[in-house]
Amino acid sequence: MTRVIVDPITRIEGHLRIEAVVENGVITDAFSAGTMVRGLEKILIGRDPRDAWAITERVCGVCTTVHALASVRAVEDALGIAVPPTAELIRNIMMATLYVQDHVVHFYHLHALDWVDIVNALKADPKKAAELAGSFSKWDKNTPAYFAQVQDKIKAFAASGLGIFANGYWGHPAYKLPPEVNLIGVAHYLDALEWQKEVVKIHTVFGGKNPHPNYLVGGVPCSIDTNEVAAINGERLNLVARLISQADEFVNEVYIPDLLAVASFYKDWAQWGGGLKNYMSYGEYPTQGYGKPEAFKYPRGVVLNRDLSTVHPVNPRDSQEIKEYIASSWYSYEGGDGVGVHPWAGETKLNYTGPKPPFESLEGHAKYSFLKTPRWKENPMEVGPLARLVVAYASGHTDVQELVKDTLGKLNVPVGALFSTLGRTAARGLDAALGMIWLKEFFGQLMERVKINETSTFNGERWEPKSWPMDAQGVGLVEAPRGSLAHWIKIHDGKIDNYQLVVPTTWNGSPRDAKGQHSSFEASLIGTPVANLEQPVEIIRTIHSFDPCLACAVHLYDPQGRHISQISFE
Amino acid sequence: MGQSIWNSMQQKGYSRRDFLQFCATAATVAGLGSQSGVAQVVSAFEKKEKPAVVWMHFQECTCCSESFIRASHPIVVDALLDVLDLNYTETLMAASGFQAEKCLSDTIEKNKGKYIVLVEGAVPTGNDGVYCMIGGKTAESILQTVAKDAAAIVAWGSCASNGCVQAAKPNPTGATPIYKLVDKPVINVPGCPPIADVMMSVVTHLLVLGQVPKLDSQGRPKEFYGRRVHDTCYRRPNYDAGLFVETWDDENARKGYCLYKMGCKGPVTYNACSVVKWNEGTSYPIQSGHGCIGCSEAGFWDNGPFYQHLASFPGFGIESTADTVGTVVGVATLAGVAAHAVVTNIRKRPVIKEVHADDQKEL
Repeated sequence: MTRVIVDPITRIEGHLRIEAVVENGVITDAFSAGTMVRGLEKILIGRDPRDAWAITERVCGVCTTVHALASVRAVEDALGIAVPPTAELIRNIMMATLYVQDHVVHFYHLHALDWVDIVNALKADPKKAAELAGSFSKWDKNTPAYFAQVQDKIKAFAASGLGIFANGYWGHPAYKLPPEVNLIGVAHYLDALEWQKEVVKIHTVFGGKNPHPNYLVGGVPCSIDTNEVAAINGERLNLVARLISQADEFVNEVYIPDLLAVASFYKDWAQWGGGLKNYMSYGEYPTQGYGKPEAFKYPRGVVLNRDLSTVHPVNPRDSQEIKEYIASSWYSYEGGDGVGVHPWAGETKLNYTGPKPPFESLEGHAKYSFLKTPRWKENPMEVGPLARLVVAYASGHTDVQELVKDTLGKLNVPVGALFSTLGRTAARGLDAALGMIWLKEFFGQLMERVKINETSTFNGERWEPKSWPMDAQGVGLVEAPRGSLAHWIKIHDGKIDNYQLVVPTTWNGSPRDAKGQHSSFEASLIGTPVANLEQPVEIIRTIHSFDPCLACAVHLYDPQGRHISQISFE
Repeated sequence: MGQSIWNSMQQKGYSRRDFLQFCATAATVAGLGSQSGVAQVVSAFEKKEKPAVVWMHFQECTCCSESFIRASHPIVVDALLDVLDLNYTETLMAASGFQAEKCLSDTIEKNKGKYIVLVEGAVPTGNDGVYCMIGGKTAESILQTVAKDAAAIVAWGSCASNGCVQAAKPNPTGATPIYKLVDKPVINVPGCPPIADVMMSVVTHLLVLGQVPKLDSQGRPKEFYGRRVHDTCYRRPNYDAGLFVETWDDENARKGYCLYKMGCKGPVTYNACSVVKWNEGTSYPIQSGHGCIGCSEAGFWDNGPFYQHLASFPGFGIESTADTVGTVVGVATLAGVAAHAVVTNIRKRPVIKEVHADDQKEL
């Protein structure tokens, strides 16, 4: 039995550590530890609820905007503010833009190097790479000269030490792509890096900057007036239109074709990494207001035990549904470690009881993470693109059903393949494709509203705190690219009285609960083979398939105290 | 590693003409667009080795890394392949676990006294540092190891420069900015995040010229933090004429009047947003209708609600700089600090540390 520790887990947001127990080459248990905490929930108390979006937006700069949106929704929910339809459309446009940008960046810059061997790309024939790329994509950049140029760049870079690509698991037998596909992947890694800075300009137009564009309780801060130079006018809308059209091309001619090409070589990964059998989605993209989830593009609901015949309703206000536990987390509750607490009554009292750093392992510590453990009716839930698609599929959304069936057909794999590491990564691509379709739809609707001069972007009826009740409470649900996100707020006398966030990676990456039930990361690692304990690429693949939003660590350790992390490598 | 940029460009098949073109671009980015500036850059690239660079991640949201990859000149691909010898960044590096740690330790070992440290995030010092641990070690201990033999340290963003959101009251984890923890001068590039092309320019200063840009008394490059957002804002004439937005999306908002009454912190914020703007000059917060929240100023989270307009502030002339005015509503006023305290060279004594010692006294 060997304990494999990976810390830091890189190409994620934040600080995450994975300790996995490996027996006879297969993972039999796993521990997911969030090793950084900032205490933002405590910082929010006593502040102006209208400022909370800016504070909570700083929870994450990778999925920037999602916390800002959850926050303004929570405050609007508490105070009974309805957002004008044009503002709702702009919020939807910003959200869909994030989906597309975030998923492309995840695929190429955070996940691709788990599947694409950059060193092996040097062996590729650029002409063959161009022919191959031409067989599955119409992108006009895919020429022999272009691939040769990329190969030359990488050759020179490799000669100078590989920089950020140094010490990868290159040459590991788990890398199965032919050199030409590796070269296509590397070339598009570089192109995606250049492209992503373009699409975010949509955020800059409406929110003034990216990362961290501006939001506003009651609407959006920008004004629309096609007869004013300083407002969102024809020039600004033309810029957005061009950026959307570029994004459409990149998603459909580069990302999706690459995803399918790479996936076709890794069908064995449809058998590992499935993990939990429960899926939750809060739903997203209101089309008739936030208060009408039945009209969302993505539906709200829970699927239990992969039973697609039933979608269970989710009520974030019910104190018996969503609760957070701390049996394995470095916190204390007034009621003790055994109780679960609904976020409106949530507590954030840090209580680190782990080993004194520097330490080698968290083995033997019942508490091992700064993440709390959320549960829905006591059940652990997977959240994220796969969960969204499962819930939408089970809810009978035909657009999602057709896309899923079409993709499974192209890959020639059964429906069951979805519930895996490969399925999760493929689902993210479909999620981006849907985001792209809806982005175009929302922008078209915005143009229609501009045409008829329905351009109000702010509802100021309850802007002034003197118009608020003494006490109010609300919840803001967002289906973020990484999964279900919610903010719960309590307001007293114009100030924040309590504020709790339950974020996607808390659902997926949390430690086990008091009953010993694993959350997604841990559950999905169990049963996965690890070929080489010093190069646990299998662990990285599955963890990255969730697109974690924190930083982790995995080292190698066995019961004799031999830490594989200390063995010199190379 | 260890070769000049010209050598490395030759290896990649670039011509001398390409090289000169590259230098001219770099000079423009560095604000040296004259002929002599280009000559200076050419010589720097020919002779200087590319210094090794490591990018550390502590208490952060990764918005600084995200901003950096949005750079438009140079684009980040070119910076990563041709300019920066970047050997460690948890956000993008291929290696994980102990192989990642090896990238860091090898770089330090092979480049003692010569490598550049870019820090993203604050360092929690509460409870012996357990609130941020990487590889079982505290952020603070990692920072000390990395800083010890560094040639220069850059604090990216407000977290590393002044603590930012986690240091807002009551600062539950003891989040601390970098300059308070290391015995070396630190170049502070505040903002949440800083503007991508500002970050690139700081990199160009360090890598091309081998010295830090001129800094103000808070260790910020004067080039970008020497003017108030208010003084360079295109809506400033509206302020002077008394034309204000009275409520969100009113007629005045659509006309682009001044956002002062809506709580804009532009009058007390030193940053380049209204000049450089964001995302290749696309816009900046005020242009898109929201006031500045002052994200590059120390303690900005605790400077009162964002939508409460500033108490009347003295009508400083447009020529005022951060050094002569100080932080108007900041919690840490810099009054009494020598206005000309400027670090011009990374080898000079740590002036910034002294300045900040003063600033703590004020508190």
